[in-house]
Amino acid sequence: MNDKKWIVLGLVIFLGLFTFPLWYNLLVRPGTAAPAPEVVLTDKAKAARQCVMPTEFMKTDHMQLLDEWRLKMVREGTGTFVNPEGKMFAASLSNTCLDCHSNKAEFCDRCHDYVSVAPYCWDCHLDNPKGER
Amino acid sequence: MESSRRRFMKMAGIAAVGLSAQPVIKAVAAAPTNGTHSLQKGPKALIGSQWAMVIDTRRFKTERDVAPLIEACHKTHNVPHFSDRRHEIKWLWETHFHNAFPDIVNPHMSEEAEHRPYLVLCNHCENPPCVRACPTKATFKRQSDGIVVMDMHRCIGCRFCMAACPYGARSFNFRDPRQGLVEKEMNPQYPTRMKGVVEKCNFCSERLSEGLMPACVEASKGAIVFGDLRDPNSEVRRVLRENFTIRRKSGLGTEPCVYYIV
Ligand code: HEC
Ligand code: HEC
Ligand code: HEC
Repeated sequence: MNDKKWIVLGLVIFLGLFTFPLWYNLLVRPGTAAPAPEVVLTDKAKAARQCVMPTEFMKTDHMQLLDEWRLKMVREGTGTFVNPEGKMFAASLSNTCLDCHSNKAEFCDRCHDYVSVAPYCWDCHLDNPKGER
Repeated sequence: MESSRRRFMKMAGIAAVGLSAQPVIKAVAAAPTNGTHSLQKGPKALIGSQWAMVIDTRRFKTERDVAPLIEACHKTHNVPHFSDRRHEIKWLWETHFHNAFPDIVNPHMSEEAEHRPYLVLCNHCENPPCVRACPTKATFKRQSDGIVVMDMHRCIGCRFCMAACPYGARSFNFRDPRQGLVEKEMNPQYPTRMKGVVEKCNFCSERLSEGLMPACVEASKGAIVFGDLRDPNSEVRRVLRENFTIRRKSGLGTEPCVYYIV
């Protein structure tokens, strides 16, 4: 057991390197983490005050909602969404979501960039439903 | 394993503790409350259980008569234009009589009828071979209205459906379709497709759900009739009763839903 001190030293160095990102962030560059992005609401969205579902639900579940929309719209032909308050919306990504959130760059993209998701929807769906640009 | 009273009491006790944890689990890890939302047919949606089309080919004499219909269709759905035939995307197009109806081989036929332009498109067959070929159910026969729908979200671009379709009604996107579209002339309401998926006519299902007739029917000034094949009082059924019609390659048993008055 003469190698004990080498083994311990090796372990300490390994652990030090392994946890380098953690203590580097904590000790050397505190407070530089990217702040959560502020999403910008358009005037139209502000006037509506409410999203198609409660905001908390939208924050966590909008992808599931969109998935349900496209499933039901394309495969069952039921293209009108009725929310819990009984309000109706066309179940359409471009024509409904981007009607209120027409500032995709400052809304959807800003948040997605932060969490590093890149939905491929825009390969096909147009992000400018009114043709204003 | 030996069972005894002692063992039974132990298990019952553990089960009771487990049950009492349920409210805690609910409080800590609640499933998102979905509320009661639903998806329905819109109030204006046209309802039919098998949409069908009758094309009165007598009303289309020259290419100039069919061009506006093709343009209306392709504009509405952002169908790209590529001059290279190998990359062509077609939803609605015109063809020669003998290409449209290769099984009608009578010699000495009416010259006028032989040289009309014939509009062809997806036949939305009642027995669609493309649907059987599709490995992902991206193309399927929609129960609610009989349309043979392409679900672009599922298409993996294998092109089995193209091999299966006897009408050549499907096109493959060899290139990014946006390269074949002019941005200013696009319909911003309708998605394009992307490189690597198959596409075809959708009987304007997005227009039907808003209470509008298909774009080609609207542009045809009455030369194309559209309606529900299952409803004996519908306009298509009336036209079919009153006129002799033919269908493309009806001998194959695909039961096309596009009829032609010749
Ligand atoms: C009628 C206009 C309207 C439509 C349509 C709409 N939204 Fe919203 N959305 C809003 C408003 C207003 C808010 C902010 C609500 C708040 O601040 O409480 C919001 C909030 C959100 C949020 C949360 C943002 C945050 O604060 O972090 C998400 C995500 C979102 N919407 C996504 C969508 C998606 C996806 C669709 C389409 C399915 C959609 N919205 C359709 C108006 C709309
Ligand atoms: C509050 C931040 C936020 C906003 C605003 C937001 N998203 Fe998202 N979105 C997310 C997050 C986080 C995910 C990834 C969830 C995951 O990985 O499971 C996501 C995922 C998605 C996905 C699924 C992507 C995939 O590859 O599976 C879609 C589609 C989507 N968002 C659409 C939208 C649209 C459209 C808007 C704007 C109308 C929008 N989102 C606005 C946070 C946001
Ligand atoms: C290959 C091209 C393509 C891609 C990629 C794509 N879509 Fe679609 N999507 C379509 C087409 C085509 C329709 C049919 C529109 C119709 O018939 O009205 C559609 C319909 C929809 C609909 C219902 C109708 C509408 O107008 O929006 C929703 C919702 C939808 N898609 C959501 C999504 C989401 C979310 C994504 C990304 C995760 C996505 N799609 C990616 C092509 C695509």
